[in-house]
Amino acid sequence: MAGEDKKQQPFDSKAASSLVAELRGAFASGTTRSYQWRESQLRGLLRMTDEHEQDITAALRSDLGKPELESVLYEAAMLRNSCKFALKELQRWMMPEKVKTSLTTFPSSAEIVSEPLGVVLIISAWNYPYCMRHFSFFIFPVSFASFTILFVVPTFFLHYLSVLSLDPVVGAIAAGNAVVLKPSEIAPATSALLAKLLGEYMDSSSIRVVEGAVPETTALLEQKWDKIFYTGNGRVGQIVMAAAAKHLTPVVLELGGKSPVVVDSGINLQIACRRIIVGKWGNNNGQACIASDYIITTKDLAPKLVDVLKNELETFYGKNPLESKDLSRIVNSNHFTRLTKLLDEDKVSKKVVYGGERDPTKLQIAPTILLDVPRDSLIMNEEIFGPLLPILTVDKLEESFDIIKSGAKPLAAYIFTNDKKLKEHFVNNVSAGGLVVNDTTVHLAVHTLPFGGVGESGIGAYHGKFSFDAFSHKKAVVYRSFMGDAAIRYPPYTNGKLRLMKALLGGSILGILRALFGRS
Amino acid sequence: METRGDFEVQLEGMREYYRGGNTRGASWRKSQLRGLGRLLEEREAEMNAALEFDLGKHPVESYRDEIGSLIKSVNYALGCLKGWMSAEKAKLPLAAVLTTAEIIPEPLGLVLIISSWNFPFGLSLEPLIGALAAGNVVVLKPSEVAPRCSSLLANVLPAYLDPKAVKVVEGGPTISEQLIQQKWDKILFTGSARVGRMVMAAAANHLTPVTLELGGKCPAVLDSLSNSWVREVAVQRILGSKFSACAGQACIAIDYVLVETKFSSTLLELMKVWISKMLGENPRESRSMARIVNKNHFFRLKTLLEDPNVKASIVYGGSMDENSLFIEPTILLDPPLESGLMQDEIFGPLLPIITLKKIEDSINFINSRPKPLAIYVFTHNDSLRKRMVAETSSGSVTFNDAMVQYVADTLPFGGIGESGMGNYHGKFSFDTFSHHKAVVRRSFLVDFWFRFPPWNDHKLQLFRSMYLFDYLRVLLTVLGLKKSKQD
Repeated sequence: MAGEDKKQQPFDSKAASSLVAELRGAFASGTTRSYQWRESQLRGLLRMTDEHEQDITAALRSDLGKPELESVLYEAAMLRNSCKFALKELQRWMMPEKVKTSLTTFPSSAEIVSEPLGVVLIISAWNYPYCMRHFSFFIFPVSFASFTILFVVPTFFLHYLSVLSLDPVVGAIAAGNAVVLKPSEIAPATSALLAKLLGEYMDSSSIRVVEGAVPETTALLEQKWDKIFYTGNGRVGQIVMAAAAKHLTPVVLELGGKSPVVVDSGINLQIACRRIIVGKWGNNNGQACIASDYIITTKDLAPKLVDVLKNELETFYGKNPLESKDLSRIVNSNHFTRLTKLLDEDKVSKKVVYGGERDPTKLQIAPTILLDVPRDSLIMNEEIFGPLLPILTVDKLEESFDIIKSGAKPLAAYIFTNDKKLKEHFVNNVSAGGLVVNDTTVHLAVHTLPFGGVGESGIGAYHGKFSFDAFSHKKAVVYRSFMGDAAIRYPPYTNGKLRLMKALLGGSILGILRALFGRS
Repeated sequence: METRGDFEVQLEGMREYYRGGNTRGASWRKSQLRGLGRLLEEREAEMNAALEFDLGKHPVESYRDEIGSLIKSVNYALGCLKGWMSAEKAKLPLAAVLTTAEIIPEPLGLVLIISSWNFPFGLSLEPLIGALAAGNVVVLKPSEVAPRCSSLLANVLPAYLDPKAVKVVEGGPTISEQLIQQKWDKILFTGSARVGRMVMAAAANHLTPVTLELGGKCPAVLDSLSNSWVREVAVQRILGSKFSACAGQACIAIDYVLVETKFSSTLLELMKVWISKMLGENPRESRSMARIVNKNHFFRLKTLLEDPNVKASIVYGGSMDENSLFIEPTILLDPPLESGLMQDEIFGPLLPIITLKKIEDSINFINSRPKPLAIYVFTHNDSLRKRMVAETSSGSVTFNDAMVQYVADTLPFGGIGESGMGNYHGKFSFDTFSHHKAVVRRSFLVDFWFRFPPWNDHKLQLFRSMYLFDYLRVLLTVLGLKKSKQD
């Protein structure tokens, strides 16, 4: 089986090249193009998730020590939802889209046909998982409440690693491609499990997993793919895109950034804080690319905001958050060191107004709030990806927009306000992958919204149909009749032809009639 | 001569202008599109003169391929702009009453358009229409290989468009190299695959998204056709697409023809007749055919024909005049497939006819080569039609004609694999220069207590049910009528 071979020999350029050749052969045979194949693979993913929940739990526990129940349940549920949605829509997505044709090509009919790209590579956060998509958000249509709830569960991003890895796979399969998946090596047990399970449940002539770290990923990136989908950080994103450029391979890059939260006065502060907390610490203890990175609020509101945050944090995680079972730990000691460095920087260490405790043996850092950190501090100049929440204060809230615009475009931006004008100003002027008003992170779970970044936070988007489109080529097909304009477009060129052509390109019947009858 | 520093200052100025929100409003965008419309109307004569100077094009060819097509595109964009700019509501589950979700298109910012020399106005202004409609500020780098056209653009655009938002930078490869090193919010490049790779590699440094409109060998598959009239129409369309559009120097020109051996002599005879009917006795003088753009390309094409096996396959034409950079329409019958002529994109008035035993063999023939920008198939056969669409891959497929896909506003124009990535034209132009931003708005009014920690089995059970959209179970759980358990 695929996973086992890899353990015997090192996966080098030669191995990568023959893997691609093999998959190209499989793709060329047409297997992956049929509706039946795509449907069977998606159902295979569903069955795999159902039948192996326990194993997934165990792998997660082994990699990140997370209590089983919650993690597995929601991760599995999220993936199930993606598969089900794709299965439900697949036929529709696969149908060509008829388009109107105009007088310029009359008579003709035309359509846009979605075809698979071929053999695609999906890499989930490699090396430094600064930004891994966290599928901790789910939409729950609420029967008796009046709105959709997006719930955030604290989970380790390992299980998000699995979901992360597999959600693009759902799109690639739905679009009819052959797929190579390179899961993150940060979570070795889960990576191995994925390799084993995908090998058992999926058609391994067309779907493969390559485990490994830098050398294996480098070998993979040297090959010619029809698309590369990468989730991770910007630095590696550049490497991926540069490698893709050699082969003119299009890419989707899901990267990260500093997602700001603007908090206005005149709102229900308690609800806002709960939503902020759940979107930050309830999301892998802040280790999520769309987690709120920092807050901007007015000098007037800041003290009250801090108070409410403290209260709610205590309600959620108790007086000893380091002991709380509901907070994820920091993924590894590298990141633990990185985060403590951010906290202990001179200009910042005295700004801690809540938390700051850490336990190196358990790789735990308590939820920490900092107030009025200097703009040139370390913590304000890199994506935090951890349980530290700096608050910047301004005199007037409008200044927050300038602060946000002065940085790189983030993956997400949030605002809590009841002020209509401020809302609209925010929505129309702040550029980010996605925006949420009066909540955080929930857009992740909406299948009908494209999920992706802009500028340094990424290229391309996915989720729902956007995943299918990301892995498809939209081919224009025109059917022309032999009747029509045979001669007028071509030499010998005459004034009459020119007049008729002007009329045709102008699209007006009257113009055409006039040209035909020799007047213009 | 601008220094790098000057140039970067200019770019920063453009970014400032963009950040000031000047290009966001519909009225600014419309004014730019109208400006382009006026330019095309008022400067047609100068544009024709420039195209004649740089490429020897006839005004009717210029109108058909560039000016007319651009006028159509400007009007289309003006008509559609409001719809393109409006937010698109995204469906949420029915119960999401106090939540809204939508996708809002916004400009990317400062974009770079690099165009090619063969359709110097079309390939510069068609992307420009999209970039301006989408509200961006734009630097346009026309090709120096068509110098009159390039300088005309540099001179007239500032008179018709907002000079703070649109700048033309002229120059050669050095300038282009400097340009692509800058930080752009998007680059749209039309040109060769070789340079396309360089553009994308430079873009990678800034994580700049790119649309690459490249090339390839666009085949025309000619099936047996029912009657002589239809055959003549097909032949005219093939010849027109090869010879009358920049003398075959076009990314979507027919590169070579595939036909069954038994029809090749008929085809050849028809072609000879129609070449002389369409292009006349002296195509150079009548300008029914453009000339080769410069000595480089002339010698490149000359070299392709110097291969003795290729030369031996010439069945019509073949004469070349270095002084006027003119090559007469040339047809070759079954030149060797390993020759340069059959390996590289020809980009000139040399038309190889490749014969096959069965027309269905064309599918494998095409598939064993890099994916082209376009495939043209002339056939009545429904099953061949279906197989062509399903079994080959290309930017586009056109049946019973060639090149017309270029003027269809509702079709994406772009390549796949070696022929490019991304697309444009019509709304696709607007989209390619936009960021589609997801926006969710929530209410404060309701929230769920079990959305937040501390966690327990009860909350867990609620989520399980909710997640399965099992409303009844949720209700029962909340009412305490169902116990939490593991499924």
